[in-house]
Amino acid sequence: MIVDVRLLTAPFDPAAELGAFTAQVPSAGGVVSFLGKVRGDDGVQALEIRHYEPMTLPGFVALAQTAAERWRLEGVLLLHRVGEMGPDAPIVLVAAASRHRRDAFAATDFVMDHLKGESWLWKRERTAQGWRWIEPRDVDHSDRARWR
Amino acid sequence: MEQVARLVFLGRLEDQAGTAELAVPIGPLEDILAGLNRELAVILLDERVRLALNGRLVPQTGAIVLGAGDELAFLPPVSGG
Repeated sequence: MIVDVRLLTAPFDPAAELGAFTAQVPSAGGVVSFLGKVRGDDGVQALEIRHYEPMTLPGFVALAQTAAERWRLEGVLLLHRVGEMGPDAPIVLVAAASRHRRDAFAATDFVMDHLKGESWLWKRERTAQGWRWIEPRDVDHSDRARWR
Repeated sequence: MEQVARLVFLGRLEDQAGTAELAVPIGPLEDILAGLNRELAVILLDERVRLALNGRLVPQTGAIVLGAGDELAFLPPVSGG
């Protein structure tokens, strides 16, 4: 069982990371992944994500472990950027590997729903009007409620 | 040992406080907040702001007393991963 959880302060290559993760789970029959990136078409010039060192990464590790206990997985990958990013930049890569596909689909979806709104991250974006903090959305809450 | 604790302001609170961290004298939180700019103290006491003492969440209602070297973080609502 591979649990690879990292907070990244510099740009990363999602394809290379996914390849490296896949190579570590030879017993898996499938790998499901989700890549979140900065939208490139809605006037956002930059996105900044701030974190709190003592809590953000420990929270990610706990989330990955919860997923690993809830489904039959061969591995979980959770990479999240912090700092300032430009349009199109990768923000988050979540992947789950399992012997049979449904566990990997469900675990990836579960981790993403809980990352949104339950992780210690604060986002702001810069448009032509300047910087603006992003407030929580109600849909993030209802997305998580699906798993209770 | 220096008798100070540290307040840490996350997210938009950092902008509102004008700093990411503030060294404060040790003692009860209410005394520390009383020593801050009133406008900032009101923002920090917003019920949606959560508190973490040395990396662990603590109830906002409890009597918090900061000792030397303690770090109290003010965590505004998170905005998603």
